[in-house]
Amino acid sequence: MKAKHRFIAAIIVLGLLMTGPFCVTSLLIWLDMKEAEREMLTQLLLQRLPIGTIMTLFGFGIGVLVLHKLFKQYVEGLLRMSETLRLMLGANRNFRVTPEGPPEVQQLAIAANDLAEQRNQLMDDVDAQIARAKASVEEEKNRLAALMSELAQAVVVCNLDGRILLYNNRARLQFKALAQGPTSVSGGALIGLGRSIFSILDKSQVEHAQEVIRGRLAGGKTPISNFITSTRGGQLLRVQMVPVLAAGNDGEQTMSGLVLTVENITRSLEQEARRDQVMHTLTEGTRASLGNIRAAVGNLIDYPDMDTDLRERFVKVVDDEAAKMSRSLDQTMGEFSDSMKTRWPMEDILAIDIIAAAERRINDKLKLSTKCEEIDDALWIKADSYSLVFALTFLASRLQDHYELRELRFRLTCEGKLAYLDLIWAGPAMSSETFYTWEMDAMQIGSESSPLSLRDVIDRHGGEIWYQREKAAHRAYFRFVLPLATPEVAGETEERQRGTGRPEYYDFDLFSTRDTTIDLDRKLSDLAYTVFDTETTGLEPSNGDEIIQIGAARIVNNRLLRQEIFDQIVDPEIPLKPESIPIHGITEDMVLGKPNIDIVLPAFHAFCEDTVLIAHNAAFDMRFLQLKEDRTGLRFTQPVLDTLLLSAVIHPNQESHKLDVILERLGIKIGSRHNALEDAWATGEVFLKMIPLLEEKGIVTVRQAIEASAKTQFARVTY
Amino acid sequence: MSHKILIVDDEPNIVISLEFLMKKEGFQIAVAGDGEEALAKVASFAPDLLLLDVMMPKKSGFEVCEALRADPANSALKIVMLTAKGRETEVAKGLAIGADAYVTKPFSTKDLVVRVKELLGAA
Repeated sequence: MKAKHRFIAAIIVLGLLMTGPFCVTSLLIWLDMKEAEREMLTQLLLQRLPIGTIMTLFGFGIGVLVLHKLFKQYVEGLLRMSETLRLMLGANRNFRVTPEGPPEVQQLAIAANDLAEQRNQLMDDVDAQIARAKASVEEEKNRLAALMSELAQAVVVCNLDGRILLYNNRARLQFKALAQGPTSVSGGALIGLGRSIFSILDKSQVEHAQEVIRGRLAGGKTPISNFITSTRGGQLLRVQMVPVLAAGNDGEQTMSGLVLTVENITRSLEQEARRDQVMHTLTEGTRASLGNIRAAVGNLIDYPDMDTDLRERFVKVVDDEAAKMSRSLDQTMGEFSDSMKTRWPMEDILAIDIIAAAERRINDKLKLSTKCEEIDDALWIKADSYSLVFALTFLASRLQDHYELRELRFRLTCEGKLAYLDLIWAGPAMSSETFYTWEMDAMQIGSESSPLSLRDVIDRHGGEIWYQREKAAHRAYFRFVLPLATPEVAGETEERQRGTGRPEYYDFDLFSTRDTTIDLDRKLSDLAYTVFDTETTGLEPSNGDEIIQIGAARIVNNRLLRQEIFDQIVDPEIPLKPESIPIHGITEDMVLGKPNIDIVLPAFHAFCEDTVLIAHNAAFDMRFLQLKEDRTGLRFTQPVLDTLLLSAVIHPNQESHKLDVILERLGIKIGSRHNALEDAWATGEVFLKMIPLLEEKGIVTVRQAIEASAKTQFARVTY
Repeated sequence: MSHKILIVDDEPNIVISLEFLMKKEGFQIAVAGDGEEALAKVASFAPDLLLLDVMMPKKSGFEVCEALRADPANSALKIVMLTAKGRETEVAKGLAIGADAYVTKPFSTKDLVVRVKELLGAA
């Protein structure tokens, strides 16, 4: 019941209380009276009725006044106070109740104010604590960032699915320098938060390294793996991989991510090759010359009575070869001074582990069964296990193709300082020409290929390989000869102990990343986006206008990433319209020598792979992209969101949905807005502000956003 | 009848010494400058022993050795590989594919003569 209704009810009750008892008493007396008495009473009453009524009304009036006053002070006053308290509770916690009305109410107000004061202090305390905690987290983050950025090595951290969670500046620069062909214009687009590491590194190699690490973990060794990978551009990267360990359920450590340090060793490897050459000329070259001299001198000494002519010839050999050696020594010393020492990363590994890995791959890939014969399970070799396993599998696949093998056998023996790893099969003899081509061609297993040949792998290991027959058993084998390694033992466990604790210099959980693949029914805040804008020669894409600039940035995890950008001026290959130059600010000079759309569009396509596109008035920009589909063969098939349409969804009654107006309406302050990239950034900020506003309207998923956009009147504009 | 030796090497500076030395020891000598020539000379000259260099143009010493060993007719032919490659893996390969001896440069002429004579059973 409302306060007002209660007031009216109270007045009615008051009226009844004032008249009721009198009327009831009078009625009872009236019924008890005789006729004469009744007449006398009527006369008496009628004479005094006016004064009685007046007294009653007067009393009633006073009663109503008192009631009203009480109502005002206690009911309405308290109602007002409760509203103020609500205000204090929510919107403005510094608001205070003004003590007014009767003393009891005033005391209540004072008590409420005191409580509010106390609450204020508590909240200030909490805020201060949160701020302090945030500051220390921020400081730790900054310290980590500083530490990482100062590292001379490129560091990338990714989760087990290969999504990049963290990278340092060095990594960005390295992959930017590495980006070849179309992506060289995109500013190292391929590395980015939430992107897949497999766009940079070979997936099978990363997985193989993971397997090695798991094995080493299980064996109680330092979990680390090295590998060399070559990029599409032919650059060689040396990658060192260590796991990020997290305590599992049963207290055991499990891998939750990977830290990769990446080093481009293309140049140092070239130097290494030169150094090898130097070593070669110094050793084998010298050997040959020395052999010639020694043989000639031997003859001169042993046959002193030879004729002069012949003696002259032997002396000339000595002179000749000595001069040759001096020359080659000078030359090699000159080259050696600027060569650096680098090596393929060879790991000490149990040869039996290589065989186990090769057996697994051969069984899986080739569906070929394998068996082990004599196996020396204590042999350690120095090896790059990935390439060696690849080589074994490659030979197995070649044999399978040629001889329709049913089974392949492994044998592992040792002889002095050499390990013999034999790959044995039963079948006819093979020609040395066949083996020669197997040895020299780049290796291929089904769809997997390696830039290396079998010979390269063997040379890399300082080993040898040959083909041999066991005639009696009517079978043959390939023998890999590999230098033995002295196994590592010391230092391992201690190092491991030290490594188990969580590093102290950072404390934020990097690994709670979400899946960012496009699913229309996922929440808007969960997806990865590319916000972009184009500058064009004019407003009519269908009438020959062309793109002259593309700017884009990424939104990952509800954050606009300002460092992961695409910013490229494009040569439109048509003259710029003079009237459009003041609008986009791009002059003929600026487009001169820039790549054309055929080069830029593939790079942009790669940049926005697996993301939802966002643009302001997207229909316009998308039209330009679509008109290039035939020419470049690239289709932008991902979902597209338009901030113009979304603005119309959120504020259907506003007249303008221009970017500037929206920025002002949403209270977004940004710096300059002069080019495509800055417009893309502005669009990104707008979109992030819109996500909660859309949520208020019940629009949570991408699908809902697209459907709502399509219903606005602006959605009917076409270009 | 004296034994016949075929010297296979592309370097004249070593050929001259080997030729002189082996002639002095009373062997009949023929010389081949590369692997292909060596295979032809083995057929025409029918040597008892080959002094075979590994690093040669056209066909390497390894290939010559493999080709010769593939033919049972040559099973009596002794093969001594001479090489400036000193790695153990290569020594192992040479012996595995059928060389009777593997001599690394530089070598002592006396020792070489001893090895050759041993192999020919002429010591």
